[in-house]
Amino acid sequence: MSKLSLQTGGDTHIVVKRRFAASPEKVYRAHIEPALIRKWMLGPEGWDMPVCINEAKPGGKIRYEWSDGKGNGFYLTGEFIELEPNRRIVHVERMHLPDVTPDNHVETIFEKDGDGTLMTMRMTLPNSEVREQMLATGMADGMEQSYARLDAMD
Amino acid sequence: MTLDVTFSALADPTRRAILARLALGEATVLELAAPFDMSQPAVSRHIKVLSDAGLITQRVAGARRPCRLAPGALDGVDGWLTMLRDALTRNYDRLDAVLAEMGTPKEEMD
Repeated sequence: MSKLSLQTGGDTHIVVKRRFAASPEKVYRAHIEPALIRKWMLGPEGWDMPVCINEAKPGGKIRYEWSDGKGNGFYLTGEFIELEPNRRIVHVERMHLPDVTPDNHVETIFEKDGDGTLMTMRMTLPNSEVREQMLATGMADGMEQSYARLDAMD
Repeated sequence: MTLDVTFSALADPTRRAILARLALGEATVLELAAPFDMSQPAVSRHIKVLSDAGLITQRVAGARRPCRLAPGALDGVDGWLTMLRDALTRNYDRLDAVLAEMGTPKEEMD
């Protein structure tokens, strides 16, 4: 069992759970302080985040720009809706690839769990068609992998 | 088959476990029921949901009706979720290291 749990729920939700060996205060800070965010929210190896704007207050702006250092890049914009320090972040975000993806509403909850933190991130997409589209977007990229697995199955 | 039907079929832990077992190869209903604390008719109902969603197929072999994973059935689900899972796994592994470096709250100076 991997440390990360990722499940779809209902028609429009994706729920991610992960435990961290640090207090909710620290995990919360690592989600809102640009100097910390830029150290970890990077996706694949070899990418970095030259721009990280995070105005952690209701209505505050979010803008993350990623670059692979070879001229490839994409960015994310969003707005904070609600913040409960050390406990909960609610925001909305969208990717620019450069085509803009539909809004993804994200609620992230940090709960004390023994000497660590259980983080639950619940993403809500506008409707089931959008989630279906997002899943379909990944099909082209995942296809090579899927076919390889299919070959291995028979 | 729409992804919505696929996802409702996947929403149940017993059905996911059945799929995980079938990923290893063909199995009869009896074999699939063995690890679960539930009646064979209950397992058969889960199998029917998976079958209606196009995720598994059943063939007739004498008195047996072995099930197998429908080839390609999970491709659409896999692609995007796999990418998301990979990206998040890498991110959170890095975050573990960032958190370890943060020290105790009293020592922190911003």
